[in-house]
Amino acid sequence: MSGELSRRDFLKQSGGLVVSFSLAPLARLEPSRDGVVQRGGGAPRSQIDSKQLDSWNGIGADGRVTAHSGKCELGQGMHTAQVQLIAEELAVPIDRVKLIMCDTSISPDQGTTSGSQSHPANFNHENLALACATAREALVGLAAARLGVPPDQLTVTDGMVAAKNDASKKVAYGELVGGKKFSLALNPNAKRRDPRSWKVLGTSVPRVDLPAVVTGQMEFVQNVRAPGMVHGCVVRPPAVGATLLSVDESSVQGMPGVIKVVVRKNFVGVVAEKPWQAIQAASRLKATWTPASLPRQAEFYDYVRKQPSRDELLVDSRDVDETLSRAATVVKATYRHPYQMHGSLGSSCAVADVQSDRATVWSSTQSAYPTRNGVAMLLGLPPERVRVVFTRGSGCYGLNGADTVSYDAALLSQAAGRPVRVQLSRKDEMAFENYGQPYVIEQRVGLDRDGNIVAWDHESWSATLGNRPGYDTPGNVITGTLAGFQPAAFAPRTPAPPPSGRFDNGSNAAPSYVAGCVGGACGGTGSVKSERVLTHAIRGPFFTGPLRSPSRLQNTFAHESVLDEIAARLNVDPVEYRLRHLRDPRLIDVVKAAAKAANWQSRPSPRRGTGATANGRGMACVLYEGDNGYCALVADVDVDRNSGRIAVKRFVVAQDCGPISSPDGMKNQIEGGVLQGMSRAVGEEVTWDDTKVTSVDWRTYRSLTMGADMPSIESVLINRTEGEAMGAGETAITLVAAAIGNAVFDATGARLREVPFTAERVKAVLGSLKEGGSGKSEV
Amino acid sequence: MSKIALRVNGRAHTVDVDPTTPLLYVLSDDLELRGPKFGCGLGLCGACTVIVKGRAVRSCVTPVSTMEGAEITTLEGLGTIEKPHPIQRAFIDAQAAQCGFCLSGVILTAKAFLDQNPRATEPQIRQAMSGVLCRCFTHNRMYDAIKKYAQEKRS
Repeated sequence: MSGELSRRDFLKQSGGLVVSFSLAPLARLEPSRDGVVQRGGGAPRSQIDSKQLDSWNGIGADGRVTAHSGKCELGQGMHTAQVQLIAEELAVPIDRVKLIMCDTSISPDQGTTSGSQSHPANFNHENLALACATAREALVGLAAARLGVPPDQLTVTDGMVAAKNDASKKVAYGELVGGKKFSLALNPNAKRRDPRSWKVLGTSVPRVDLPAVVTGQMEFVQNVRAPGMVHGCVVRPPAVGATLLSVDESSVQGMPGVIKVVVRKNFVGVVAEKPWQAIQAASRLKATWTPASLPRQAEFYDYVRKQPSRDELLVDSRDVDETLSRAATVVKATYRHPYQMHGSLGSSCAVADVQSDRATVWSSTQSAYPTRNGVAMLLGLPPERVRVVFTRGSGCYGLNGADTVSYDAALLSQAAGRPVRVQLSRKDEMAFENYGQPYVIEQRVGLDRDGNIVAWDHESWSATLGNRPGYDTPGNVITGTLAGFQPAAFAPRTPAPPPSGRFDNGSNAAPSYVAGCVGGACGGTGSVKSERVLTHAIRGPFFTGPLRSPSRLQNTFAHESVLDEIAARLNVDPVEYRLRHLRDPRLIDVVKAAAKAANWQSRPSPRRGTGATANGRGMACVLYEGDNGYCALVADVDVDRNSGRIAVKRFVVAQDCGPISSPDGMKNQIEGGVLQGMSRAVGEEVTWDDTKVTSVDWRTYRSLTMGADMPSIESVLINRTEGEAMGAGETAITLVAAAIGNAVFDATGARLREVPFTAERVKAVLGSLKEGGSGKSEV
Repeated sequence: MSKIALRVNGRAHTVDVDPTTPLLYVLSDDLELRGPKFGCGLGLCGACTVIVKGRAVRSCVTPVSTMEGAEITTLEGLGTIEKPHPIQRAFIDAQAAQCGFCLSGVILTAKAFLDQNPRATEPQIRQAMSGVLCRCFTHNRMYDAIKKYAQEKRS
């Protein structure tokens, strides 16, 4: 079993169920429930009713389970984890489960696989988990009737329902429903199996897809081949915002294999018989563009603060200025975080087969249904006539080029009248993807005479443009914009209205140490009641979108750094100082667990060591998004004082994400998260000049390679079987820049307030220390 | 266009292509192989790696015409799902992948180096791997697998 499902035989699998994919009935555009008539691709509608059991699970005559999920495999192990969930709830062996992920012809619409939401969505008490529990109870009910045994006297094991007291009375699932539909709604009262008795879920099941991946058998989207398929290559403008003046088609006339030059508004591409021919023609095609003008990178953080902004107050106790004015000490510091990119290893790729009245797109998008609707808008088709088949791609870590290249393939296929495969060049992937947002963050923290925090004032500026396209905004990525759609509107708003509704920590804009009180209810994890969190979003020059721990990482870098700056000023151990202001017991537990596992010695920072190599330790902690995963991290680093080079020696992570589906799967996510976070913290930064992005390959955007020395990683997993399942893919990475920065301070007394911590930058801060300059925060 | 004879994973093929075409496009498009992958097209990441004459070669920057008659091994040429090559077995045992897009670079670069330098030290192995990227950063597990393969080779 190759761990994949060929698109050719996806309809003839053994599983009974299977809501068939029909192109015949064309749903009209009707008002949705809220009465709004949706334009073009707009409505998030699916023909698959997610309230119906048959949309999720089917049992074949052979007893095999076929399941459908709207959460897909991105390399994070979600295929295997969902197979474990299904096997556990239905009491069948792993190898009797077939899981189809994110095919809009058969999967329920679960939006986007992102944001650490797959576990919250599918592993608690709705969606896939509830479907499986509903199916198990339905099977028990059918068996009760068949065997004449009351349901509470029955047990399920190995795909059989059997009487607890009479082993001869048993019936296999296949005999109960084989090949037929359940025709049942999901039962909100269906009981999940008790995590304390789990046999498959909660264990480290090896990844079911890995043998095929490791032996080169797995079909990635790059490997999809449709009959009659040809190859497209896009011709991008020099920069976002440049518009097309002219295209000279004669410049590629007569080139071998060239089928068509495609121009639609500012979208330009070439279609040719072979990929190499398309690439050569695209590089030869003469296109002229208006010049683009970009803000100077050297002054960008100042630029960001001067633009019209959309302001939001997440929390405001309205006494912050007064409390700060009365405080014994006010610690102020400003932190900066650059644009960073997803930098997927594989350039994004998609295959589209667009015909006059229908289209199929094979895509590694995280958002099958939204991409379906976006493609429909671009092509002028109703969304029901577009099928998006998720096919795995290179790890994306958020919104890489997968959505935009799906649009590219669809536009080129429509123009060429043939199936077209598009694979972006490295430069087109890197220069036009939706980067992680840059930030400037100011912290002002007031302390009383005993060193307790009495007020916290957080103010941030970040640059945005576009985002995930969602169901109706294809202009949020480059291709949609080029083809004539607008990015989501930007409406400046100053001042921000007062906070309302429930406390929302706003992508961790609110630090862990504030009480988070809105409308009389306090939802934060800390104790500081005089609190203000004000954010300013401005319109930036480059597309942005979610990059693993979007904004959460940047904000947490600032919070967890300033916390250590304060502890150092007070000559207090930074772990003790955290615990003094935290009140969420689970957050306190991960801090203590990480400190214990790291053998943390209580003492203030910095260590004030001597010698050419300085060693230090740093801590950071977070409750991701305020409700989605507790994590604490200790980094142990060496700093070479002469070169400024940081070598991280060890990471210790403690994590609590509720009941753990797969301990090894979670560890793999933690390990990848901290090392990716380390690469981002020490070296990754998008660069540009006056007219274009200059980070266009692995020489100009520096990722740590397989040659880099890597730290050891120790993961302490806290398994809370009684809790809700939370996300685990973005917790640890959120803490890395702060923990490393704090460790460098501990080692050297040099405070790093700007990511990335390149050797040059570290050396400069070390140099300013020697000159008596400020490693110290402003007071 | 010209006819070029290739031997890939023990099988003979003749392709009729522009001789300047990088080998990668011939392997993945004309021969529909899934192992070698396009990462950067610049020889900077390793995703397109194949083994030729015992050495790891970046197929995205290698014109197909220079490969006439050479024996080319891709990731799928090492072993099968049922019978993976020992280095592939080591990666599966260590669960040493996330998305797996980098594996041609990681596995074939490590294999070619260790087959030629079975007594290599860890710093030497890292040096040999210094042009290979894994953006999921599964590095530590991958090194566990690589070291296990190295050990098996020595014993």
